[in-house]
Amino acid sequence: MARAAGSDHRGGTLRLTAASSGGSLDPQIAYEHENLQLEAPVYDGLMAFPKSAPDRIGDGDRPIPDLADGPPDIRDGGLTYVFHLRRGVRFSNGQEVTVNDVAATMRRIFRVNSPAAGPYFSDLVGAAPCLNGRTDCTLAGGVVADPAAGSVTFHLVRPDPDFLYQLAFPQASIVPADTPGADTGNVAPPGTGPYRIVSYDPDRGLRMERNPYFHAWNPVAQPDGYPDRIQYDFGLEADAEVTAVENGQYDWMLDMPPADRLGELGDRYAARVHLSDMQVVYYMELNVRRPPFDNPAVRRALNDAIDRHAVVIHEGGPALALPLCGMLPRGLMGYDPACAYGRGASADHPAPAWQGPDLDRARALVRASGTAGQAVSIVTQTSPVAIAIAGEVRDVLTALGYRVTTRAITPTVEFSYLQNTGNDVQIGFTGWESDYPAPSSYLHTLFSCDSFHPGSDNSLNMSGLCDPALDAAMRAAALAQMTDPARADALWRQVGRDLMALAPVVPLVQTRRVDVVSARVGHVAISPYHLLLIAQLWVR
Amino acid sequence: MTTALTPSSPSVSARASAGPWRTAARVLVRHRGAMVSLAVLALVTVACLLAPVYADDVAHTDPFTSNVAGTVMLDGRQVDIMQPNDNPLHLGLSPIGPTWRMAAYPLGADSQGRDVAARLLYGGRNSLLIAFSAAALCIMVAACVGIVAGYAGGVVDAVLSRMMDIMWAVPVYLFAISLSIVTVSQGLRIGPFTVASDNLLIPICIIALVYVPYAARPVRGRVMTLRRSEFVTAARGLGVPGHRIVLRDILPNVTGTLVVLAPLMTALALMAESALSFLSIGVQAPAASWGTIIQDGEGLIYTRPMVAVAPGLAIIVVVLALNILGDGMRDALDVRDGDRGRG
Repeated sequence: MARAAGSDHRGGTLRLTAASSGGSLDPQIAYEHENLQLEAPVYDGLMAFPKSAPDRIGDGDRPIPDLADGPPDIRDGGLTYVFHLRRGVRFSNGQEVTVNDVAATMRRIFRVNSPAAGPYFSDLVGAAPCLNGRTDCTLAGGVVADPAAGSVTFHLVRPDPDFLYQLAFPQASIVPADTPGADTGNVAPPGTGPYRIVSYDPDRGLRMERNPYFHAWNPVAQPDGYPDRIQYDFGLEADAEVTAVENGQYDWMLDMPPADRLGELGDRYAARVHLSDMQVVYYMELNVRRPPFDNPAVRRALNDAIDRHAVVIHEGGPALALPLCGMLPRGLMGYDPACAYGRGASADHPAPAWQGPDLDRARALVRASGTAGQAVSIVTQTSPVAIAIAGEVRDVLTALGYRVTTRAITPTVEFSYLQNTGNDVQIGFTGWESDYPAPSSYLHTLFSCDSFHPGSDNSLNMSGLCDPALDAAMRAAALAQMTDPARADALWRQVGRDLMALAPVVPLVQTRRVDVVSARVGHVAISPYHLLLIAQLWVR
Repeated sequence: MTTALTPSSPSVSARASAGPWRTAARVLVRHRGAMVSLAVLALVTVACLLAPVYADDVAHTDPFTSNVAGTVMLDGRQVDIMQPNDNPLHLGLSPIGPTWRMAAYPLGADSQGRDVAARLLYGGRNSLLIAFSAAALCIMVAACVGIVAGYAGGVVDAVLSRMMDIMWAVPVYLFAISLSIVTVSQGLRIGPFTVASDNLLIPICIIALVYVPYAARPVRGRVMTLRRSEFVTAARGLGVPGHRIVLRDILPNVTGTLVVLAPLMTALALMAESALSFLSIGVQAPAASWGTIIQDGEGLIYTRPMVAVAPGLAIIVVVLALNILGDGMRDALDVRDGDRGRG
């Protein structure tokens, strides 16, 4: 019914604007949010996160079959995944999608040095020799295509509970087997989605038109789009983008509206503003191997003392951020609003939500630790919000009796800087948004022993926490998530509480996104993973 | 007899210096604009010196720490300092506006929830300290450069004057910004001495340095005139050493020029400090100056204009007062020149 009504809205040109382009269009290379979002209606993988309106998809953060004609047959205790390819699907160049394309795409992920290669597919049999980007990478024994049966079999060296999430990640989008084994840059390889990218100039704009060979095989995984054409222009600053969308010169803007335009948008254009949760968690990482945060009491004291409401205000207020007491964002399996810290809360009796700071208890903890008077250096980013939040933390640490300095580093450098133990960071402000919406991609990635690599810029476990019991609990929760989601949810909640009992971080806030559309736009659909679904917008 | 005519003679110099200065003071007192300006400057200075009294005993606020989650008591009820805008989505936040009540954010709050009035007073302390110190330092250096160049002449004058010309050729704000960017990131290290990047000495020295050519040039011109004057010629003829001539004959005669320059240089220094601080390369957070407060108010210019307007007005008032005072002093000291000319 909804589709039938929507068919009246098919057609027209959707006009989008962004400050700059998102770089390479190569689906195995593209990593910026901008290109991942705009390529969602261009490419498909064996699995996908739903790309339809949330009212039709229910649980929007679980991977579902896309080019695969059903869920895989998982054998050998999670070491083997057998997929059957959907028949009759064609690329935008008219070529039919075959299992050889799937196998070639998996090899291409390694050949082009995709950012997903090492982190997500290194557990494939035969992946080890491919990880240095060798062009003769064959993944022998790892990905086996059977054209007669129309099946592709993946063999892993060890079970990976997130494997289906990783196959749904856009960098595993299937492209033709003859796609060059190098970054295609400004040229988009043919895809299977309802649109194809017909022109792209990273300095000026991008144009998408309908893929003439597309038919909707699964309206949840990859629905048909509404506009006939999508024109994406680059170059306006966020301030000018707001004005252009308000005036109807563009239908949607990628960038977040500047803080000083929010009041105007809320006052005059509330019906055209759409708020949605982002899966971004901002937090203070505490180095558990350096004083004073090597003392758990100090880490708990800071969790008690930080005023998360103040951080919410720095992030734009309650409309744009919500306080967090754990490291999983709202909307994700295992999310727990309960708070073990702050006023009226304790580890044994968590408050149902953040109630406010408890400075008295924090002072008592610091007094008992005997660390008051020590020097603490906060590392933060150079953005005004990050500096303001670091200032808030500085004031709290000063009130607790420490001698505090703040150092601001450009955001692109800071994230690596915090990771390297050689930099002796004591406490740093940072944020994390996972590539795919699985709890392990937050908790395991950021706090497992596997993620701690001393002396490396690539050590996502910035706190240096290594707790084998916590690691075992995370493995158990991850294994449960594909077979028993309810149990997995409970297990991940417990992992979150165990983690916060160790307090290697101070979770601060989860932010929300503001999408502004023009007056002519209808059917605004926002998915938890793909954000605003641009192909689902009506422009007539 | 000859020595009696030389201004360096104690008896003559005492008589000559007492008269013109007293005359200048009388003229200045009669200059209504200058006196009003002086009163305004005194008022602003005293108010700024009393900043801790206002913050601690009247407003009970800490102007240097963020207070975005704070509240204030107004009409018997607690009011959030940062308030979500009154729209259906509660999008955007605005700090509380001016309440015009001394103890409760009379000029409102900035985007960090800090009392603008308290920051205005504390900021004024830094702005005025930097302006007066930089002007004093600048005039001292300029006096040395101008006197040496003007009195020595020849190669010394050529070298010093060309150096001043080179500095003059660089736009003053560009020069100051360049120096500030270098020093604000890592402080200043001179041999065993280290000056932290947030030390006020850095903006003081930078501002003083960039304005030296502006003050040195008129001093040099005045000294060159004096060098050819009869009493200097006479002193040289009598074999008075050069440094003694400079100290006893030249310096007292350029003092008037320096005094007239002082308020004008202070006004220029105040504006330079505000500009540098506005660009985040002057006074460093969490300390305040009028320039940093204007920067704080930049994003609030439509919703809470008072955050930027209040320090802007303070700068305008002080600069105007300094310029009018400078005019008054120039008029007053011109009288002394006239008297000496007639004498």
